[in-house]
Amino acid sequence: MSAPAPELMTPGKGRGLLDVFHNRYLLRLIVDKEIQIRYRGTVLGLVWSYLKPGVQFAVFFIALGVFLGLNRGLENFAVYLFSGIVLINFFSEIFGNASRSITDNGGLLKKIYLPRQLFPVANLFVAMVHFVPQIIILAIAAFATGWFTGVDVKQVLAIPVACLIIAVFALGLGLIFATFNVFFRDAENFVDMILMVATWASPVLYSWTMVRDQLWDWVYYVYFLNPITVAVELFHYGLWYPTVNDAELWHMPPHLLTIWTPIALVIAVLTMVAGDALFRRHEGNFAQEL
Amino acid sequence: MTTIPFKKPGVVHSEETVAIRAKDMTKWFVLRHTRSIKEAFVWLVKGRKGDLSDRFKALDGVTFDIHDGETVALLGFNGSGKSTTLKMISGVMHPDSGSVGTRRKVAGLIEVGAGFHPDLTGRDNVYLNGAILGMDKAEIDAKFDDIVAFSEIGEFIDTEVKFYSSGMYLRLAFAVAIHTDPEVFLVDEILSVGDEPFQKKCIARIKDLVRRGKTLVVVSHDLDLIMDICERGIVLEHGRITYDGSSVGAVARLRDRPVEEVQREQNERVERRLYWKHEERQKAAEEAAARGETFVPEYDPELDDPEDLDDPSKIKRTKGR
Repeated sequence: MSAPAPELMTPGKGRGLLDVFHNRYLLRLIVDKEIQIRYRGTVLGLVWSYLKPGVQFAVFFIALGVFLGLNRGLENFAVYLFSGIVLINFFSEIFGNASRSITDNGGLLKKIYLPRQLFPVANLFVAMVHFVPQIIILAIAAFATGWFTGVDVKQVLAIPVACLIIAVFALGLGLIFATFNVFFRDAENFVDMILMVATWASPVLYSWTMVRDQLWDWVYYVYFLNPITVAVELFHYGLWYPTVNDAELWHMPPHLLTIWTPIALVIAVLTMVAGDALFRRHEGNFAQEL
Repeated sequence: MTTIPFKKPGVVHSEETVAIRAKDMTKWFVLRHTRSIKEAFVWLVKGRKGDLSDRFKALDGVTFDIHDGETVALLGFNGSGKSTTLKMISGVMHPDSGSVGTRRKVAGLIEVGAGFHPDLTGRDNVYLNGAILGMDKAEIDAKFDDIVAFSEIGEFIDTEVKFYSSGMYLRLAFAVAIHTDPEVFLVDEILSVGDEPFQKKCIARIKDLVRRGKTLVVVSHDLDLIMDICERGIVLEHGRITYDGSSVGAVARLRDRPVEEVQREQNERVERRLYWKHEERQKAAEEAAARGETFVPEYDPELDDPEDLDDPSKIKRTKGR
């Protein structure tokens, strides 16, 4: 051997999420695969990713907006509702699929070593593919209802920040629950439960003022510690608020941009760091438990 | 008539040439997998008394060094820890105590087709599986035609894999795996794919790898084949190494027969095979001469030096062989 031999390395000890970025090509193929097989054998194909949120929106709009009268309380309730739903769907898809991704790919992970974080992260990108068309529809709706007349730079910036918070937070939770899921299949049911609660634990279907007015003070603070709440409010602030004429109907939660958004970002990042650490600590035992 | 000169003479093993080092690897397996959160909680509350579940030692202090260019067989009966050892080397599992280290690129022919998805076409699966086995796009692009030719899939490459026969499926999977180009190959019981002609082709490919100085770690129950391919054998029994020496010695131990006898039989078998191969070549050359053609034999790693492949007048290699 002419060149000095490289050091002996421990096989299968990954560098966590960093590894994913060294395997971009594989990541892309996995994302492609996931998208291709998601709607395999369907006639409508990708149309389903429009149809499902569309129906969901219609149901909520009729039930809450028309029957329960939220339509009258909040101007342009359709856009208000849809911005929340879109974001929650984004969260649900990343979190739900990421937490199942390790058990679903057990057959492969048992046999061949590859950075296992690839699968949860791939689900993030798949979710983005479904998220973008929904955002476009939402944007069209916002434009049609006069978004341009009242928007400023801060509001535009709020939109990507909200997406970032959701993506990071959902991936972090996904990593945590993907790990639990390997050892305890109960985790899958927890995930379903969390997803069900998530829609109601953030101001998607109602206004945040109801939490402030009708519950104790501490609930309000806990409520805003939830990064999803902050992200949804940022979406309302960025996409819906500019379309509102009567500014008295709704006002921004106090300190949304100055305190709650930074806190939400920190919580999201901490969740991801914790998720990555937990995942890495236990990934060596995945193969024997799957 | 000579035996197959797999090992280059005069190779010196040193610290520098260690490709895989296993040191005191121990692995516990859980026997009972029906734990629930309730049970785990009760166990935690009781102060972690006793074991949560029954365990057994799958590997017990396994220690070995494998050097560059060595061909090693892991032998033993079912459940002796061969595949577990291979999984440790590939990084799929980590030892509970002790350590394992590898240098250079390691890839596994471990249960081919694990990464195949039935709803993707053969082509997509080649790319996906190639990437899973550590190739990048340029590499797969370059080898794609070879892979398809080797698998004999032909025009079905753009058909979804779920419509393949099981033989086609395995052939394509094996073709991808064998075209990855790592320095260390891990082979787990996959030399029995497809029909006989394809099997022969696969074995020829493996022998070609050996001939080119790749490091090989093989798990197989085909002991005759093991003696053909590997020079060293490690016998595992209940997770412990009970023999580490020549592959013939290892096979003799497993068959519980004297080494000399096993060695003699192996020599006879190899000589007979090489004799027939020479005969066939001779015949083909005579027939070609009768037709007035020049005869260029097909490359056979047991007969030819891979370096002769550079000279097209000496030996040839048909695509997909």
